[in-house]
Amino acid sequence: MSKGEFYDTGWRPNDDVHRDEDGRPHDHPGVQEDAVLGVRASRALAMHELLVEKGVINDGEVDEAISRWSERVPSNGATLVAKAWSDPEFRTRLLEHPKETVVESGFVPEHNADIIVLENTSQVQHMVVCTLCSCYPTALLGPPPDWYKSFSYRSRAVTEPRKVMSEFGLELEHDVEVRVVDSNSELRFLVIPRRPEGTEGWSEAQLATLVTRDSMIGVAAPLTPGRV
Amino acid sequence: MRAVTDAAPAFSAGDRVLVRDETPPHHHRTPWYIKARRGRVLEFIGMYLNSETRAHGGSGLPELPMYRVEFDQTDLWPDYAESPSDKLWIDLYEHWLVRAR
Repeated sequence: MSKGEFYDTGWRPNDDVHRDEDGRPHDHPGVQEDAVLGVRASRALAMHELLVEKGVINDGEVDEAISRWSERVPSNGATLVAKAWSDPEFRTRLLEHPKETVVESGFVPEHNADIIVLENTSQVQHMVVCTLCSCYPTALLGPPPDWYKSFSYRSRAVTEPRKVMSEFGLELEHDVEVRVVDSNSELRFLVIPRRPEGTEGWSEAQLATLVTRDSMIGVAAPLTPGRV
Repeated sequence: MRAVTDAAPAFSAGDRVLVRDETPPHHHRTPWYIKARRGRVLEFIGMYLNSETRAHGGSGLPELPMYRVEFDQTDLWPDYAESPSDKLWIDLYEHWLVRAR
């Protein structure tokens, strides 16, 4: 059995796309078709329809979940980092009482996972990975990037972290201690990167534009004033 | 594996620990590369639901003590070529740890 056959459940979307007897869409001159869904999208749509039909979920809940996800973006984390760079009291509170501070700041941690905030300095570089799967602070950074979930990153982050960072453009001095943090299912880690030089007097909003997602995972430095 | 039911944490910051070299048949979140390796407890970080039972439909109760443990990268990877001061941090349940010298 080929891989394609294995993944093809035989289910076809209930649409108006014209198909041959094997379910393959094909064109007729003069007929325009809508975009054809891929197997995964088709499967997701089929499950959605079935779950709604069986009364397990309703469309409102799906809309709500989509809207909740759309609020999970890296600018949430960037807001916290920029505030920590600007306000020493906030920085201390974020480091010492991370979850409470995140909630006070208006963000909702996913399924009650604890949040830990780690600060990079001139002496220490924290870099986060989840070697077993893809644990990630989605409430603060949005969904994890594909590379974070890749087998390559998950294995190389622990065996050659400096090489990985250099591929993200970050060359660390030899005397900086690298701490690779392997995340598990109960805790999520957010990294406060080092504040770039030349940003004295910048507002929190200006600073936030420098704070990239990758710098809050700890694999890269934030942008510098000339590179925004 | 040993069942941990009492809430008092057995380890504290600075304790040397050895990660059990076991492979239970159920879901567990102790990766292979730290099994049978020695590390240092950085801190007791609190009581957490047991993901090993939660993954199989259980409640995860009772909550178990969890520790942040630090390993030298050079102890984990014999060929580690980056810097001898590099570390690996990971959070582990108490039942995976044994006191070491």
